[in-house]
Amino acid sequence: MDIQTGSRLRNFHQAKWDEEVIFELSTPGQRGIHIPEVETEIAGLVGDGISKIPAAMRRATAPALPEVGQMRVLKHFLRLSQQNLGADLNVDIGQGTCTIKYNPKINEKIAGSPKAQDIHPYQHASTVQGALRVIYELDLFLREISGLDRFSLQPSSGSHAILTMAAIMHKYHEVRGQADTRDELITTIFSHPSDAAAAAVKGYRIITLYPDEQGMPDLEALKAAVSERTAGLFITNPEDTGIFNPEIAEFTRIVHEAGGICGYDQANANGILGITRAREADFDLCFFNLHKTFAGPHGCGGPGAGALGATEELADYLPVPLVGLDGDSYFLDYEVPHSIGKVRSFFGAFPVILRSYAWVLSMGAKGLEETARIAVLNNNYLLKKISEIDGAASPYTGGKRRIEQVRYSWEKLYEETGIDTHDVTHRLADFGFHLWQSHHPFVVPQPFTIEPTESYSKDELDEYLDGLRHVVQEARTEPETVKRAPHNSVVHKIDESSMDDPEKWAVTWRAFLKKHGEDAAKIRG
Amino acid sequence: MKKLGLIVNPVAGMGGAVGLKGTDGPELLQRAEQLGALPQAGKRAEQAIAALSPLADSLELLTFSGSMGEAAAATCGIKPQVIGSGSSPRTTPEDTAEAARRMATHGVDLLLFAGGDGTARDVCDAIGTSLTALGIPAGVKIQSAVFANSPAAAGRAAESFLSGRIRREKEAEVMDINEDDYRREILSTRLYGYLKIPDARRLLQGGKSASAPDERAIQQAIAAELVEQMTEDRCYIVGPGTTCRPLMEMLGLDYSLLGIDMIRGRRLIGKDMSEREILGKMVDGNCSLILTPVGGQGFLLGRGNQQISPAVIKKVGKQNIIVAATAEKLSSLRGRPLLVDTGDAETDSYLCGYYRVVTGYRDTTVYKVSDCA
Repeated sequence: MDIQTGSRLRNFHQAKWDEEVIFELSTPGQRGIHIPEVETEIAGLVGDGISKIPAAMRRATAPALPEVGQMRVLKHFLRLSQQNLGADLNVDIGQGTCTIKYNPKINEKIAGSPKAQDIHPYQHASTVQGALRVIYELDLFLREISGLDRFSLQPSSGSHAILTMAAIMHKYHEVRGQADTRDELITTIFSHPSDAAAAAVKGYRIITLYPDEQGMPDLEALKAAVSERTAGLFITNPEDTGIFNPEIAEFTRIVHEAGGICGYDQANANGILGITRAREADFDLCFFNLHKTFAGPHGCGGPGAGALGATEELADYLPVPLVGLDGDSYFLDYEVPHSIGKVRSFFGAFPVILRSYAWVLSMGAKGLEETARIAVLNNNYLLKKISEIDGAASPYTGGKRRIEQVRYSWEKLYEETGIDTHDVTHRLADFGFHLWQSHHPFVVPQPFTIEPTESYSKDELDEYLDGLRHVVQEARTEPETVKRAPHNSVVHKIDESSMDDPEKWAVTWRAFLKKHGEDAAKIRG
Repeated sequence: MKKLGLIVNPVAGMGGAVGLKGTDGPELLQRAEQLGALPQAGKRAEQAIAALSPLADSLELLTFSGSMGEAAAATCGIKPQVIGSGSSPRTTPEDTAEAARRMATHGVDLLLFAGGDGTARDVCDAIGTSLTALGIPAGVKIQSAVFANSPAAAGRAAESFLSGRIRREKEAEVMDINEDDYRREILSTRLYGYLKIPDARRLLQGGKSASAPDERAIQQAIAAELVEQMTEDRCYIVGPGTTCRPLMEMLGLDYSLLGIDMIRGRRLIGKDMSEREILGKMVDGNCSLILTPVGGQGFLLGRGNQQISPAVIKKVGKQNIIVAATAEKLSSLRGRPLLVDTGDAETDSYLCGYYRVVTGYRDTTVYKVSDCA
């Protein structure tokens, strides 16, 4: 369903392959690669190699992996990739809070070079001095950027870094004999939801604070929340609203006074690089998502890096190994007195670390600050333009400027036309745009969140604005077109009824078969 | 072909314009008419039906004759199937109830009714939660959560539900205000019952947000937390509402959905209790009170649970009040505090402050409670 407009808007039609889940492609006997048989002479000398493994450790059946030929696997993933959108294809500013920015392609070359690819973490340190230097120096850069004293690059993502912060917090209280009594973690509703979720995985009871009328985390609520059971505070600043909490140092003071640890979730750091630091707000821990702020690709939940920083006191609890420098040689440092141990295999997602290292070097200190300033300017340009759209609003702060993103509201549009934020999202897909709403619960009614970063040109921002204006106009003149959208997508409407019932959730193929039975797997559609 | 039922209570809302605060009972209706009140529920119903136009070809409209729905449908250019008629031109609550019962017999997919709290009460009596229903706000008193925000919003929600874009339902409160008290400017409300309404909350497609479990799953998580925190020797006063129901179910206890129950040692020691009965069974210093906000306004006390009197609260102590609510419910307050209105200013002011609200398993929110001053 193409539109004719005189504007920058382009029609987009998604590829459709009706591709199976890879497990459904499995045909017994098919192989992607053939491993040569063991030569008879060798087998004769050492046996089958398996019977030497104690029976109790041997699995009774082979893993139920899909059996698919190499070419079919290639086709499978290329087809899926064609059905995809991403920053390299569209104007991806509608995925607010995710900092979808340009991932320089030269960094792919660096990360893909044999120097990076053909080394192994089991090599002796003396043979991978260059790789260790990259880890060591990125730690130094991040110390400078945050003001904290030591970084571990081991965690694989933001949520993993939060889980690591929770583990450090737990160990810190354990050393003081208070791990059992301090079992409460405080966060805010507009912080990264993983602050609550990852801490809950570590066993903490979660206390969430709601904002006051200005959209700030409620300081009085914090005072009511802290007690001798407080383990700590994990908080994002600026929050998902794009509002920076100027009283953040008061928050950390109150939590410290209660004996808690303060962890700064810097998933939203793109607007504050070189402007404000964790140290000045008196945080004990902080982390950056290298795959967001530091220009590593997001990778569809793929390899990321949550670089975790600590003050001198808490550096004693960081995961091992850290990378140290002795004279002119880099070494793996396992001598961390209260270390929580390893949080993943080896030293972190090295290709992501390398990309971010290259990015920081190419930008320099001034470039990092410029990144933040341009991201903030772009955001406030959009804020002004979106505020002029009849039907859109930016709740809280009375129109004051924001940092790197804004959580907007379509409430007025909905009240006037019945078109809600999901309808707008679906229609924008016809123009190749994505628009994300908000985490649940929707504290801002009919929410949508936009983060333009520093990467997009004014032309691209204007193209996206044209998309918003076009859909709003349609909402008033031909609402059915919006309601029936998307018109050009692979899946037009998803049956959401299975998404809200934990009994039906299945995040793996095995869980799906277990919950819904083998028969369900045969019925596709 | 979807079947939509429509019931208009033609006298609903007539008291409002002439300052009568309602038309419950024939004498008041007569007075309203003498004062020049004009029927308006039909017009409100028309606004809702207009929003259903996208479904015009795939909808069968069932209604009662004349002003109970047929006329409103006709104005909108729809020829309805008339399945009954009111007992007299001046319709009664029994007519509303009878119409609702017939809709149930005909198996409508959704019942839209135009009226106020009184109409909702009559519908609730007739069908309970056996049908999905939704109120078009047309009455003077709209305290119940079963009404859409406007007639057009009711029509839009109905359209979304019938076209399958809204697939979920939820139970919403029918509130009952005593009209005599209301005219004397005393707001005495009670929780009357529940109707099943379309749940307009929709989920995201894709995005990085995990999907939110439905209300019932969250209520069960809340119940699990409450049960885990319970101690054998304490007694627990359990307030009304669907948030507290899974707690009683988890303990395998009988309960009153609309009344106050008491538990001790995980056993039921009182059901649907009066203030006097509660006070009689309380043990000083060893009693907790479990409350959940009732209705859309966020009232913790004073709406639907007047049995929990200032005397009961004084005996429980503020520190022993446990508040439970889903995060969705707190968010729907749009930053407004939870409210208490016990009828005693001193008690209300004593109750103000920040509370830990249980929002899930090992999950709480610190939220403000205010009086109505």
